[in-house]
Amino acid sequence: MTWGVERVTVAFGPTTALDEVSVDLDRGQIAVVVGGDGAGKTTLCRTLVGLEQPVSGEVSRPSRTCFQPETSGVWTDLTVLENLRFVAGGYGLGDDHARSRIEELLEVTGLGAAANRLGRQLSGGMRQKLGVAMAVLSEPDLLVLDEPTTGLDPVSRLEIWSFINRSAREGRAVLISTTYVDEAERGDMVVALDDGRVLASGSVESIVDSMPGRLFTADEKTGASSWHRGHAWRVWSPNGDDVPDAMETAPDLADVVTVAAIYREKVGA
Amino acid sequence: MIEAAQVTKTFDELVAVDDLSFDVGPGEIVGLLGANGAGKTTTMKMLLGLLAPSSGRVDIAGRAVRDVDRRVMGYVPQGLGLYSDLTVAENVAFAARAFGVSPPSLHDAGLADVADRRVGHVSLGLRRRIAFLVARCHDPSVLILDEPTSGVGPLGRARLWETIHETAQAGAAVLVSTHYMDEASECDRVVLMASGKGVMSGTVTEIVERFTTVAVTADITDSELRRLQDAGGTVLMGHQGWRVVGLDVKTVSSLLGSTSAVVDTPSSFEEAFVALST
Repeated sequence: MTWGVERVTVAFGPTTALDEVSVDLDRGQIAVVVGGDGAGKTTLCRTLVGLEQPVSGEVSRPSRTCFQPETSGVWTDLTVLENLRFVAGGYGLGDDHARSRIEELLEVTGLGAAANRLGRQLSGGMRQKLGVAMAVLSEPDLLVLDEPTTGLDPVSRLEIWSFINRSAREGRAVLISTTYVDEAERGDMVVALDDGRVLASGSVESIVDSMPGRLFTADEKTGASSWHRGHAWRVWSPNGDDVPDAMETAPDLADVVTVAAIYREKVGA
Repeated sequence: MIEAAQVTKTFDELVAVDDLSFDVGPGEIVGLLGANGAGKTTTMKMLLGLLAPSSGRVDIAGRAVRDVDRRVMGYVPQGLGLYSDLTVAENVAFAARAFGVSPPSLHDAGLADVADRRVGHVSLGLRRRIAFLVARCHDPSVLILDEPTSGVGPLGRARLWETIHETAQAGAAVLVSTHYMDEASECDRVVLMASGKGVMSGTVTEIVERFTTVAVTADITDSELRRLQDAGGTVLMGHQGWRVVGLDVKTVSSLLGSTSAVVDTPSSFEEAFVALST
């Protein structure tokens, strides 16, 4: 592990927001933190960048770390160009360097045509793209993005991911949080959070391989370990017994995360 | 149950919805998809009778929207439309009273434990379940859902979809707007909008099968990138190399002067979407 958090616990008063959570981050790798609202994604991002202090556990990050909060961090009364120039000034980038870097970012994000538009006049997708561009402007070693794709349409989502892949390829470590499991499959490493605890973590393949029992697809709901997926029902058989009138199915990440949530619900752990 | 026939909506110069036609039958779940600004929200507002079409016809249960008894419709807006200062029980009672029905059982909905808590103090997953209960308490024959599961974890999402399928199985026509592949796959059919028009409809599998994306394993230089873009391609960096949407393999090969590192691959749902939206 180059950077990351190790068995980190964060509490707000009596509430445990993160409970012994670990994430490894390496150069050129994308780690995706996935979970519903209230799972602890934002707390994890904020703890990693030093905005929250853990009760216990270790946090390590490079000095050049940049964070894009969920709200995008764009100043709504500044234009796209002014936002980027302001950030460049804050990092003390020289004029020539700043100019060429901003030009490059406007080009790859496709924001060039909107360079003189005010932050508040941008669509959600453009605003998030500008936020990511501001976060990578100073060429950080670690990029932390809190839900940059929430509420965005598929086109903007794909553009943001294209930009994130490019950042990783340039050698940065990236941590991105999302509520959507299909996005998690694009990461090198996934951490699924639920109620502040890790439901599953590792590479997509290792998480999928680690599912206990077997998974089936059936036409009807079969017991409590069964949920709706597509046009049929998934049935999880914890001890690997056959399920009558059902076909064995190879699980994907969404299935395994759902199984982990059902397991936690059952054992009440 | 829901029928939009050649519907157009203009705001001054702007054509927000352009000659859109689609229908949703009883028991059917149809997804309404489109990039931001494609006209989804305007379409939903016309179905709900909140906006009148400039031309064309919107019918609900065989009648023009303005003449429809509101009790036919159930609606879950993106913001959920609950009163955060009222308790869960009060919210449900208020909606039931407004529709002139007796309040549904909170126990059956698994909400008995939180009945006396203010809605503002319960989790988003629970708030979504309450909004669903409120929208369905009067047994509507049309259910309209705007991004119904955003922000909910996978198990919560699966449970909400069970409710949606149950509602459809009971005979309701369901229209869902969504941005997400997993959710679109739950629908019987999807209607894709771009620039106000209905550009394609069918099952997600049918739509994705119509598109391929060119994968490039070699590195693309800035000048090659510009050439591909000038030819009308959208060039994206995927997890395992470049992806070119909107151009065929032959064009990409000739523009890059290489055939070995260029292959045709199945499109993802998002890539099909990009191809249709640009």
